[in-house]
Amino acid sequence: MSSRRSRSRQSGSSRITDDQINDLVSKLQQLLPEIRDRCSDKVSASKVLQETCNYIRNLHREVDDLSERLSELLATTDTAQAAIIRSLLMQ
Amino acid sequence: MNNPRRLSSSCSMTNIKSRFTHGFLRALSRINTRKPSTTREICKRFLRVKLAADASMASAVGSRRAWSRAMLLKMRLRRRTCRDSRITNDKKKKKKMSGSDQKEEVNGIRKAEELRGLVPGGESMEICKLLDETAHYIKCLSTQVKVMTTIADFYSL
Repeated sequence: MSSRRSRSRQSGSSRITDDQINDLVSKLQQLLPEIRDRCSDKVSASKVLQETCNYIRNLHREVDDLSERLSELLATTDTAQAAIIRSLLMQ
Repeated sequence: MNNPRRLSSSCSMTNIKSRFTHGFLRALSRINTRKPSTTREICKRFLRVKLAADASMASAVGSRRAWSRAMLLKMRLRRRTCRDSRITNDKKKKKKMSGSDQKEEVNGIRKAEELRGLVPGGESMEICKLLDETAHYIKCLSTQVKVMTTIADFYSL
C-alpha cells in the first residue's frame, strides 16, 4: 500500500494516524477465520474490510437459522423437558 | 495513547457469554409459555426468538459499547412506537482525493460504508471507532452463535 501519507494529509480535521488504522485493521484480521488461516501478512485493508462484511453477514445468517431451529424445537419440547434443559444450561 | 485492556478482554467475554446465556434462556422460557397454533404465530415466534437473542446479547454487553447502546436504543424505540421511527443521517461528506490513490481510496471507503450498515450504530462513527466496535461486535456475534448452537443441540437431544 503506497497511499498512506497522502491519506493522513486529506483528513486534516481528524487526528487519526495511519498506524492506528493499521493496528485496528490487523486486529480485525486476527478475528476473521479465513484470513487468519491463510497466515499471510500482505492482506490489503480493503480485503480485510470486505472479509469483515462477509463474515458479519454470515454470522447474521447463522443467528437467523439458529433462531428458526430454536423456535421449532420450542414447539416440540414440552414444558417439563424445557425446564430441565434450562436448569442444566444455567450451571 | 489508548491501550485496550487485553488481559481482561478474555474474561470479560466469558462474563458476557454467561450473562447472555442466562438472559436468553429466561427469554426463551417466556416465549415457550404461549403455544402457537397458526402459521402466523409460528413466524412471530421465530422473530421473537431472534429479537430475544439480540436483546440478550446487547443487555449482556450493556452500555459499555457504542454498538450495544445503539441496539438497545433501537429496541426501546421499537417497543414504544409501532411506526418506523428511524432517524436518518444524511450527512455525506465528499472528500477530494488525489488522482493516483483514488481507486484504492474509493474501494476502501466504499467497504467502510458497507461496514457501517452492518454494525449497529455505525452510521455516525469515525473510522477508528468503527473498526474497534466492529472487532468487539464480531466477537460477541460469534459468542452468540456458539451459545445458541449449544442450546439448540441440547433441545434436540
